[in-house]
This record gives sequence, C-alpha cells and structure tokens, in this order.
Amino acid sequence: MNIHEYQAKEILARYGVTIQRGKVASTVDEAVAAAHAIQKETGSEWFVIKAQIHAGGRGKGTINETGSHGVVLAKSIDQVGAKSEAILGGTLVTHQTGPEGKKVNKILIAEDVYYPGASEPKEYYLSILLDRAKGQNVIMASTEGGMDIETVAEHTPEKIIKEWIDPAVGLRRFQAQKVAFALGLTGMALKEMVKFIQALYIAFEQTDSAMFEINPVLKTSDDKILAVDAKVDIDDNALFRQKEILQLRDLSEEDPLEVAAATHGLNYVKLDGNVGVMVNGAGLAMATMDMIKLSGGEPANFLDVGGGANAETVEAGFRIILKDPNVKAILVNIFGGIVRCDRVANGVVEAYKKIGAIEVPIIVRLQGTNAEEGAQIIESSGLKVTSAILLKDAAQRVKEVL
Amino acid sequence: MSVLVNKSSKIIVQGFTGTEGSFHASQMIEYGSPVLGGVTPGKGGQVHLGLPVFNTVQEAVDAVGADTTIIFVPPAFAADAIMEAADAGIKIIITITEGIPVKDMMMAKPYAKSKGATLIGPNCPGVITPDEAKVGIMPGFIFKKGNVGIVSKSGTLTYEAADQVVKAGYGISTAIGIGGDPIIGTSTKEAVQLLMADPETEVIVMIGEIGGQYEADAAQWIKAQNNPKPVVGFIAGQTAPKGKRMGHAGAIIGGADDTAEAKMRIMRECGIFVANSPADIGETMAQALSS
Repeated sequence: MNIHEYQAKEILARYGVTIQRGKVASTVDEAVAAAHAIQKETGSEWFVIKAQIHAGGRGKGTINETGSHGVVLAKSIDQVGAKSEAILGGTLVTHQTGPEGKKVNKILIAEDVYYPGASEPKEYYLSILLDRAKGQNVIMASTEGGMDIETVAEHTPEKIIKEWIDPAVGLRRFQAQKVAFALGLTGMALKEMVKFIQALYIAFEQTDSAMFEINPVLKTSDDKILAVDAKVDIDDNALFRQKEILQLRDLSEEDPLEVAAATHGLNYVKLDGNVGVMVNGAGLAMATMDMIKLSGGEPANFLDVGGGANAETVEAGFRIILKDPNVKAILVNIFGGIVRCDRVANGVVEAYKKIGAIEVPIIVRLQGTNAEEGAQIIESSGLKVTSAILLKDAAQRVKEVL
Repeated sequence: MSVLVNKSSKIIVQGFTGTEGSFHASQMIEYGSPVLGGVTPGKGGQVHLGLPVFNTVQEAVDAVGADTTIIFVPPAFAADAIMEAADAGIKIIITITEGIPVKDMMMAKPYAKSKGATLIGPNCPGVITPDEAKVGIMPGFIFKKGNVGIVSKSGTLTYEAADQVVKAGYGISTAIGIGGDPIIGTSTKEAVQLLMADPETEVIVMIGEIGGQYEADAAQWIKAQNNPKPVVGFIAGQTAPKGKRMGHAGAIIGGADDTAEAKMRIMRECGIFVANSPADIGETMAQALSS
C-alpha cells in the first residue's frame, strides 16, 4: 500500500528520522496559514509547495489546467496563496501518472532547506527494499541524489552502494557507517547520516514496509541530514497488524474498479485491451491473458476470482468487466479442481440471467471435475455463451469472435 | 522413487481443525496420503477425522514420528508454525497459507534451513506424488502416475499443465508447487535439482511467471549441467504491465529481467523447450521427448 509524502514524513519523524518540516493543506487558506506557522519555526520566507499524489516526477510534471509544475518554490509568503491555487484541485500529469494525470487534493507546504551556509548543500539517494534473491533487505545509496535510481543503475552502476541486512541481527551501526563513508561524508555530516540511516531502518522494520525511497536525502549547508522527499510502500500482507497505517489509505488514488472488485474478494487489474478475462488463480489468469494476445486479441483486464467461483463472484466479475466499454468479448477460464465445473456453469448461467442483455459474446472454458456436465449446462442454456473444454479450443473461439 | 513426498511420508497437518485444514486434510486422507494426525494448540488429546490432535509439533513428532507437515495456519501465525515444525525436527514443511508478511518469511526461511528442513511455499498448492501422497490442495485425480516432473509457481496453472501432460499420454512423477510469494522456501532451481536427481523423472516441466530471477537461475544451472534431461518451460505474464501486481505478491515486473520475454529468452538460450502459449505445454513436452 502506498501513502502520501506528507504521511510518510510524519511516520519517519516518529522514529527519529530527520525530515524537511512541512504542513499539509487542502485549501489555499490552509496553505497560507501553514506558511505562517512554518515561518515562525524557521524564520525563513521561502517555501516549497508540493502536490500530494501517489506518483513520482511531480517536480517536472505539469498541472493541466494552469501549467504550474507539481512542485514549486515560493520566495515570499505573499506568493504562497497564488502558487497553491495553481496546484490545488488541478490535474497533475507526470511520467508516472499516464496522460490522464491525477487530481491534486492536498499540497504540502514545506520549509526551504537549500539555504546558503558554511558548506554547499548536497543531495543523496537512499532506499531500503527486499532483495528477493537473498531474502534480505538491502540498503541502496548513491551520491547521485535527485536522479532516478534506474538511470544511475544503467549508466553508472558503480555509483550504487549496497548493504544487505541479516534479518536475525538487524542493521548494525558499522553498516550504517560503511554507507555514510562510501557516500564521501565527513565530520558532523557523517555522524548525522549514520544516525539517519539507523533511524530509517528501524522505521522500515517497525512499519512492515516493502520499500522506502528517500530521494533526495539532503546534507544542508550546516551539515544536517534531512529527508526532503519520502516514498513509502507498506507490505499489503502485514496491514492486519499495521492498523494505524491502514487508516492512511487514500482510495481516491486507486482505480475505482479495482477497489470495487476487492470488496467482492476479486483481484482485478484494468488493462487496455478488448477481451475481458475471468479466471481462478493468478498464474492461470496471466496465462489466459497471454493466450488472448496470441489469438489476436488484447486482454482488457486481469481478474482472479480465487478459489470460490460461485454465482455471486461470477456475477460481480461480469459486472466489473462490462463497465469497460472496450470489452468486445469475455473469456471465462475456470480449472475446476475442488470446485466442480457443473456448479461453476450453473453460476455463470445464473449470473448471466441476473444481469440480462449482455451484448458481448462470452466464452466459458471449464476443465477439471465434471467438465462435460459443465459444458452441457452452458450449451443448453440458450444464452449467447459458447463453451470449451480444452484451452486450445478456447483460444480458437476467441479468434472466431474477434 | 519420487521427490519430497511418497507413501512412506509421515504427514501431519498444522491448523488441522480449522475450516481449510479440515477440508483439505480429509481430501488428502481420501486420496490415500499417509496422514497420521494434526496440530491445533489447545485441542491436544482430541480426535479429528479419526486421527489424533496434538498441542505442539514436538508432541506429534514424539507420538507418531512425523517427518512431513502441511501448514494451513492463518497468516499472522504461519511463520511461527514453520519455525515450530523446523525446531521439532520435521524435514519437509509445506506451507499453503497465503498472505504471510514478508518480514516474517525473512526470519522463517533461514531458520528452517538452519534446522535442516526443506521448506516449500508459502502461498503454494503443495506437492503431489501420484498414487502415493498428496500433500496439498490440488485435485488429485488430474495427476496420473508417470515420468514427468512439474515445478510451478502457480496453482491452477499447475493443474492445467498436469492435465495437458496426461492428455498427451504421459504422467507425473512429482509435481511441486513452489509458490508465488517474493520469499519462498524452495526456489525453481532447487526444485529442478531435486527432479534432475530423481531416476523416475525423465522430463521436467517448469512453469514460472513475471517477477524475480528464479527461472533464469534454474535455466542457467540446467545449461551448466549440459541439460541432463529435457526441460519444457512456460512463463505467465507476457501481457502483464510493468509495476502492477498480478494477484501473486511476487508477480510484479520491477526491471527488465523480470519480464516474461526476458525469462523466455534466457530459457531458450539455455536449451529449454519454451511453450509460447499455455495451451501448448503438452505438445511442447511431446516434442521435447521425441527430439
């Protein structure tokens, strides 16, 4: 589960991670009030205004309606109102949002941390994530702060520092030190970075996170270390014991069809194709999508109905798939093992009748226990549904209807 | 011969008296699997499905000599169940539970290994050696006895593959569902290694999906061994978009090596017979055997 930057920073601060201070605002008035409050704390008249959406590239992204960028600098309190207005309520398009963009409901008014001083401010990159091959968390760091890590990995992989953490032991101080030295830090800044990394790892573990990306981490001109941005992804499997974090979920950031599907226990992902699929099991669902492509179509979605393919879940699945106007046909592919095919077939017929007037052809492929009986039920239903038993036949039917 | 489970396995069920545990334990017993009892803390001393219930895995090991366990314990307690089994000396730990936090698996996997146990799963359909032992949730009737070993990350796709193998006139030695989570006890390569060493297995069907490096690692190992047995491969997710989780927690394309195309290319380069369509797994296997 992803959370917003302002939420991520609040959580990090709770674990002693030093962050760029800021206040979240949903209106222009709140934004101006936030700026006044921050000025009292910092004494500075400069502020950064940051759109809060679940996508990267906000600084370079553009608000459709106003042409403003998603992250802007205000060099006096007087500018905060107008600059906030140009972002709030707008549609922000970045390289990660797709052309449709995302609506900005909240902005973060943050202190300016790039102030001049004894030394030059410098940006770094830090992330923590699971290394699947090793089954351990790895800290990745780089001196190339502000740049996409993918770009750094492609062009200058030698600039990526990696430190793996033994789960039974946790992060040791010497490891945080290794990373800080490798980043070329010295003196006070080095000590601050060690503390920063240690606090960050504790936050990562305690929140059951799947990924932290702090880009950039800033060394200020007076040698403080601060998280200027924070991307936090929580392990979905652990949300049952992270109730407080679960409250931070922002459904407006998620696809409404995916959210609706989840309430029926269905796992749905919207895609751009023309053939809807409904399958039991994630692997078979992906394989069915692939088969549609090989048959000359494009999958319109991923939909796993899980172990219980009954009339209710099948109906919910049909309704969700049919909300997509691009769908020209639907392929239901159920491998009945424990669940019997004749029951699934009855469920399909029941769901079909309940929805009524389905315009697109439906192909139902049932294999496994009582597959013949299932096919019989489908064929004799009198509905615009064709049946198949072998996967090959189902592929052929898809070709025929397209 | 076969791998991991057979008619001499001494099987117990953890989460024995729960809904899932009860249902699948009874299916396993009906199949003829040597199930000797189960564990549900607090229900020790009871009889369930005609078999003894124990409070702890250690009690089950002491009383019936259990060496294999299948775990249906809910996600919050599943990692603990794995570690309890390993600590009690269980050698084969098959974990069906879906939704175990990654942090928990990060601890449980190395712990099980340190105790000398083989962990299969989590989030997997289990392991079946036809006519001997079904230690999983798969429909047993699909898996006819034979000489084809199956390794797969996915449940129903394993059934699909097994069905095609049988329809092509062959049968299965052992089918291993390794699971679709980011951290799993036995990798594709390790499962392939088991089947390569099994004299009964003549050909291996290896089914993977997007995400991670397991299939590529297995393919490179197979090539390094000079392809001792023919291997047929399929990767699900050729049409999956980048960065979107496709049902399984581990099925997500992060980088270029995670894609189905990349994995299929590496598999081909390593001399594996790759089926482009999931409908062609049986046919590709027949070709592999005749070449």
